[in-house]
Amino acid sequence: MSFLQVQNIHHTYFTKASATTALSDISLTVEEGEFVSLLGPSGCGKTTLLSIISSLLKPTEGTVLLENKPVTTAKNQIGYMLQQDYLFPWKTIEENILIGLKLSRQLTPKTKAATLNLLNQIGLSEVEKQLPRQLSGGMRQRVALVRTLATEPKLLMLDEPFSALDYQTKLKLEDLVSKILTDFGKTAILVTHDIGEAIAMSDRVFLLSPSPGRIYKTFTMPEELRKASPFEARNHELFQSIFQTIWKELESLESEKE
Amino acid sequence: MSLKKNKLKQLHQTYLHSLKIEMRWVRFYQAVIFIVFFSSWELASQKQWIDPLIFSSPSKIWQLFLDKLHDGSLLTNLGVTLTETVFGFILGTLLGTILATILWLSPFISKILDPYLVVLNAMPKVALGPILIVALSPGYPSIIAMGAIISVIITTIVVYTSFKEVDPNYLKVLQTFGATRLQCFKEAILPASFPTIISTLKVNVGLSWVGVIVGEFLVSSRGLGYMIIYGFQVFNFTLVFLSLLVIAVIATIMYQLVELLEKKLIKE
Repeated sequence: MSFLQVQNIHHTYFTKASATTALSDISLTVEEGEFVSLLGPSGCGKTTLLSIISSLLKPTEGTVLLENKPVTTAKNQIGYMLQQDYLFPWKTIEENILIGLKLSRQLTPKTKAATLNLLNQIGLSEVEKQLPRQLSGGMRQRVALVRTLATEPKLLMLDEPFSALDYQTKLKLEDLVSKILTDFGKTAILVTHDIGEAIAMSDRVFLLSPSPGRIYKTFTMPEELRKASPFEARNHELFQSIFQTIWKELESLESEKE
Repeated sequence: MSLKKNKLKQLHQTYLHSLKIEMRWVRFYQAVIFIVFFSSWELASQKQWIDPLIFSSPSKIWQLFLDKLHDGSLLTNLGVTLTETVFGFILGTLLGTILATILWLSPFISKILDPYLVVLNAMPKVALGPILIVALSPGYPSIIAMGAIISVIITTIVVYTSFKEVDPNYLKVLQTFGATRLQCFKEAILPASFPTIISTLKVNVGLSWVGVIVGEFLVSSRGLGYMIIYGFQVFNFTLVFLSLLVIAVIATIMYQLVELLEKKLIKE
């Protein structure tokens, strides 16, 4: 049995004026320790799918199973990282990273020490007492990663976490996140519209087609790229050819729409 | 290099100097307006260009101020009004914030109460005065209630709006950790709306003065509002002007204090 099973998900948004189907018949599985990406043009329901998997949103139809149990029962098993850091500006870095433990009543001297240790591991030391606005964008996104990892989730949702950063910071952070997730053996789902990022970071890429969102194609990355760090993968000879393949698929999606 | 630096420093000095000069002129004209206003008032009253019985004169008001200060009645009345106003606006802000909290915690209740809030907000609250006085007995409770009731609904509406405007992504972060609605409120909504609550405090200071003075008009036993109504009844307009000037000065001081509080709290 797979670690995560998404079965026949349909989702429709209802408003007074209309009913819009955002997702149609989505089924996919993710193995433990795997890194997969959801790639697609904007408006194809990527974020909706993430919200459903993390049980923030109830799908109109279908089930999501994490280790064979419905996700709704899996509290704190799933971590979610947003497009921007969304650190609370009135809380210090320490209060920010401990908020998850505090809310789930797991805050003990031991978990606190582990979280602060994680902050050091990620290359941020002596910032505990500072406020988020005193840190740079890249540093803040790293703090947000620590906040997400603090409750030790089994599955991580990354909702375009690098999109608000400058290119150089983004590349560095991709490597860091990739390394941390491998070290801790975490399973992760990344949402992105950046083809390069999807190829560099993932083991598998699901290409979604828009309105309504469905899985159009699945690409499995070759072993060489999986093993390499995202930065190395970007420079690998296979990278360009895979990029071209996915690019063409995306193009054909667009022409289909017209 | 150092020559350049010197030059820069000199230019900065000149700039600072020009600011100082401008500030001096502003202060000068402010003083001119003040002096011209009060001296022409005094002159017009002495020369009987205006009716001294109705418009009094600064010198008479000053004399009465000293008298009332000596016999202690001014300070007593001022103390009464000040207590009522402070309690009124703190109570109004607090109740308004609590009401807004309830509305936010239960969207269903907020939908139900929406038309009632609109009606209550549109109604002139001072019209409730007579009912409050009969219900709560004339004195502190009814007048404090007047000071509070005048600001409570508008505070509710303003604070509730700011609660709703908090970036929903902050809530998403908390919900991924399994936070309840109450926890979301405590961790994100309330701290994010703190600046708005403080700024409603500023508006409420002014509103509470209106409620309290009108309340004292109606009860007519103590306070600066009572002094105005009493002066009016016995045709002692010097007393009316004295109360007005005292209210103007004290209300300004109170407003400045709240502004100072705001600066201190928001700075953090």
